Amino acid sequence: MTQHHDIVLQLDDISQAYDRHLVVRNLSLTLNQGEIGCLLGESGCGKTTVLRIIAGFEPLLNGTVKLNGKTVSAPENTLPPAKRNIGMVFQDYALFPHLTIADNVGFGLRKFSHVERVHRIQEALELVGLYAEHSKYPHEVSGGQQQRVALARALAPKPQLLLMDEPFSNLDVTLRERLSMEVRDILKENGTTALFVTHNQHEAFAVADRIGVMHNGEIQQWDGSHQLYHEPLTPRIAEFVGEGALITGTVKKDRTVESGLGPLQGSFNVDFPSGSAVKILIRPEDIIHTEDSPVTAEVLRRNFRGANVLYNLRLDNGDKVQALVPSHCEHQPGERIGIRPDVRHLVLFADS
Amino acid sequence: MTDSIRQCGVAARAATSRLLKPSGWQIVTGLVAVLIIVPLSVLLLAWLDPAWDIWQHLRETLLATLLFNSLKLIIGVGTGTLLLGVSLAWLTGACDFPGRKIFSWALLLPLAMPTYVLAFVFLGLFDFTGPVQTQLRQWFGNGIWVPDIRSAFGVVIVMSLALYPYVYLLARNAFQTQGKRGLEAAESLGCTPVSGFFRVVLPMARPWIAGGATLVLMETMADFGAVSIFNFDTFTTAIYKAWFGFFSLPAAAQLSSLLVVLVFIFILIEQRMRSRMRFSQSRITARAERIDLHGWKRYAATGYALSVLLIAFLLPALQLLIWTLNIFSEEFDKRYIELLGHSLGLGLAAALLITSVALLLAYAGRRHRDRLTSNLVRLATLGYALPGTVLAVGIFIPLAGLDNLLIDTARSLFGIELPPLLQGTIAVMLIAYLVRFMAAGFKPIDSAMHRVTGNIDEASRLMGLRGLRLLTKIHLPMLRGGLLTALTLVFVDVMKEMPITLMTRPFGWDTLAVKIFELTSEGEWERAALPSLTLLLTGLIPIVLLMRGADK
Repeated sequence: MTQHHDIVLQLDDISQAYDRHLVVRNLSLTLNQGEIGCLLGESGCGKTTVLRIIAGFEPLLNGTVKLNGKTVSAPENTLPPAKRNIGMVFQDYALFPHLTIADNVGFGLRKFSHVERVHRIQEALELVGLYAEHSKYPHEVSGGQQQRVALARALAPKPQLLLMDEPFSNLDVTLRERLSMEVRDILKENGTTALFVTHNQHEAFAVADRIGVMHNGEIQQWDGSHQLYHEPLTPRIAEFVGEGALITGTVKKDRTVESGLGPLQGSFNVDFPSGSAVKILIRPEDIIHTEDSPVTAEVLRRNFRGANVLYNLRLDNGDKVQALVPSHCEHQPGERIGIRPDVRHLVLFADS
Repeated sequence: MTDSIRQCGVAARAATSRLLKPSGWQIVTGLVAVLIIVPLSVLLLAWLDPAWDIWQHLRETLLATLLFNSLKLIIGVGTGTLLLGVSLAWLTGACDFPGRKIFSWALLLPLAMPTYVLAFVFLGLFDFTGPVQTQLRQWFGNGIWVPDIRSAFGVVIVMSLALYPYVYLLARNAFQTQGKRGLEAAESLGCTPVSGFFRVVLPMARPWIAGGATLVLMETMADFGAVSIFNFDTFTTAIYKAWFGFFSLPAAAQLSSLLVVLVFIFILIEQRMRSRMRFSQSRITARAERIDLHGWKRYAATGYALSVLLIAFLLPALQLLIWTLNIFSEEFDKRYIELLGHSLGLGLAAALLITSVALLLAYAGRRHRDRLTSNLVRLATLGYALPGTVLAVGIFIPLAGLDNLLIDTARSLFGIELPPLLQGTIAVMLIAYLVRFMAAGFKPIDSAMHRVTGNIDEASRLMGLRGLRLLTKIHLPMLRGGLLTALTLVFVDVMKEMPITLMTRPFGWDTLAVKIFELTSEGEWERAALPSLTLLLTGLIPIVLLMRGADK
C-alpha cells in the first residue's frame, strides 16, 4: 500500500457543470509521487475540464482537490493558479511569440536571482535537448521543438505537479510516437509527477503509468495499461481500449464457456453461475489461424499491415471476430478459413 | 546531352530577356509607382528654388508653432487612441459582458464620421454659445469655468474619439485570437491576472497595437479639416495658407517636404510592424475562449463602452440630425442637389478608375513574383501615407508645368494660343486620388486574388477553360467580392476627402466636403449639418462591410 505522504494529487468526488449540464461527475483519483497519470477519452468527455480544475482555471461545483495534502480547490474556494506551483503544457503550447526560447523558459522564474534563473533555464533546456536553440524565437523552430520548449517552460519552476492538455495532438503521426516516448523519459528522469489528457490510447499506453478511461464526465476505470487491456471493467472499455470484439456465449461447468468458437476454457474475470448468457471479449491475437481446425469462419474484410494481416471474420452463428494472422497466409474476402481460439483468461460480461 | 545544354541556353536567354524586357504588367505597375515618385521629387526639388522671403517669414513666425503643435497632436492623439482603442479592444476581443456583441461592431461607427464633422459638431456642442455651456451657466451662474474646447486639448479629444477605431480594430483582432489562453499560460507560470496582462497579453498584441497607432498618427499628420475648424495651425493648414493665402506654391512645396519627412518616419515604423505581425501570428486555429467578467465589472465594462460610443458617435449624430431637421427646408434645394451630384459623380469616377488600376496591379503581382514587381507594387500603394495637402501641391506643380510647356510650345511652333488643358479640370483631382486611395482599392482585390491559386488555374485548364473564358468564368466571379469592396471603400473615401478636392478642384466646382469647409470656416454649424449627415450615411456602408467580415 502507498504511504499517505506519497500522494501528490488527490481528487475527491469532484463535479463541475456548465449551464446546468454536468461535465464532470463525482470523479475521484489519486496520483503518487513520480507517477504519470492519463485521462483517456473522446472529446467532450470532460477530461480537459478536470485538468483545468486542477490547474485552478475553473471553480468546483462539488468535492475537493488536494495537492500534497493541502486543499487547493473546494466549492466557493479556489486557490489562484499562480499560487499552486503547478506546471501546464497547453494543447497549442501557448508559447509567447514575443520572447526568445530562453525567455519563455525563464518566464516563471522571476522569484529567483539572475544566476539561479540562468542556471535553471539551461538545466530545463538541456533536459529537453534544446539548449542550442535558446536564443531563437518560437516561430523559428519546428512543431516538435516547440512542444519540448513548452515542456521545458512548465518544468523550469520545478512544479509539484505537471499537467499536459493533449500534448501531442498538434504533431504528425511519426513525430507523435517518438516524442511521446521522449517525454516519458524526460519526466521519469526528472522524477516529475504528471497528469495528461489525450484521446489517443497509443499515447496513453506509451507515456502513462496509470490511465483513467473517461466517459460522460466519469472515470470508468483507473488502472495500469496491462489491466485496462486485459481486465476491462465494462464492455465499453473493452471495445474502446485496443481492438477486439464481443461474442455471445453461455457459461457451462468447469470454467468453460460455450461460444461460436467452440468451448472456451480458462480463468474468469468475474464468476458467473452456470447457464448465464455472457459476452466474451476476444482480442485479435486470441485467434490463431490453422487450416485443419474444425472451427471455420468466413473472411469479410482484410487489412494488410505489413508483418501481419487483420482479418474481420464471421462465425457460423453470425458473431464477428477479428484475427491477426502472419502476412504470408493470403486469404481473400468470401473464403472460409480454419481458426482456433487461444485464450487462457476469459473476460466476460453479463449479456443483457 | 547537347539537347539539354541547348535547353539550358534557351532557359537562360529567356531569363535574361525577362529581366531586360519588362512585361506589360510591370510597366503598368511602374507607371503607377512613378505617380508617387514624381510629386515627392517635385517637393524635394522645390528646395532648389526656395522662396526665401516667405520662408524667412514662416521661420520667424510660424515654424516653431507648427512643430510644437504637431508634437502636441502626435503625443496627445497617440495616447488618447491607445488608451481608448486598447481598452475597448481587450474588453470586446477577449472578455464577455452584456452587450459585447453589439459593442464589438458599434464601436467602429466613429469611422463613418469624418474627423472634420466630429470637430465642428463638438465645437457646436461645447463652444461658449453651445448648448452645454449655456446649460452650465444657467445652473451655476456666469462665473463657472469650463475648459476651452478651442485648444490643443479640444483637438486632441476630438481626434482621439474619431481615430481610436484604427487601434481598436487591429488590437481586437490580436486579442480575439489570444483569448484567455495567453493569460492562463502566464498564470500557470506564477503571474497574477494583472501582471500577466502587462507581461504577456499586451506584449503579444504589441505589433497590432503599434500598427494601429501608426495609422492613427499618419491620419493625424494628414488631417486638414478638423485642425482648420479648430484654427489649430499644423503643417497641413500652413501648406493651404501658403498656397491660397500667400499664393506661393514654392513655399507650400517646401512645407510639404517637411511634412513628408515626418510621415516617412511613420511609414518605416508601420512596415516594420507589419512584418512582425506576420511572425507573431499565433497558430491557434480554434476559436479562443473568452474571459467571463463577473459582478460589477460586467456593468462597468458595458457602461464604459456605452459612454465612448455615446460621446464619439451617438450624441454627435443626434446633434447633426437635429440641426439638419432645423434647416432642411431652406438648405435642401437645387444647389444642394448639384453638390451631391458632384460628390457622387466624383466618387464613382474615382472608384472605377482606382479599382481598374488596382486590378491591374494585383494581376501584375500575381504574374510576377519577383522582388522588383513586389517592390513596385508596394511603392505604388504607398500613397495612403501621404497627406492630401502634400499630394495636391506635389501633383499640381508638375501638371501645371506640363500645361505651360504645352502652351509655350504651341505658341512658339504653331503660333496658336492653347487654353490650359489640365489645370482646373477634374483630371488633377483624379490623379491625386489615384495616388492617395490606391491602397484602399488594392488591398481587398489583392486578398481576393490570393484565393485564386495557381492550382485553380490549372484545374480550369484541365477542364478546357482558358483565356477570356477563364477570366469571366473563374477569375471575375472569385474576385467579385474584392472588387465590390474596393469600389465601395474608394467611393466613400473620395466622398469624404477634403484637402485634395478643396485645393485642386475646378474653379467654383464644389462638393459636399468643400461646402462643409466653407460653411464651418464661417461658423455655420447648422447649415453644415445637411451635407455632413449625407457623408455620415455614406460612411456607414464600409462599416457594414467591415462588420460582416469581422465578428460572428
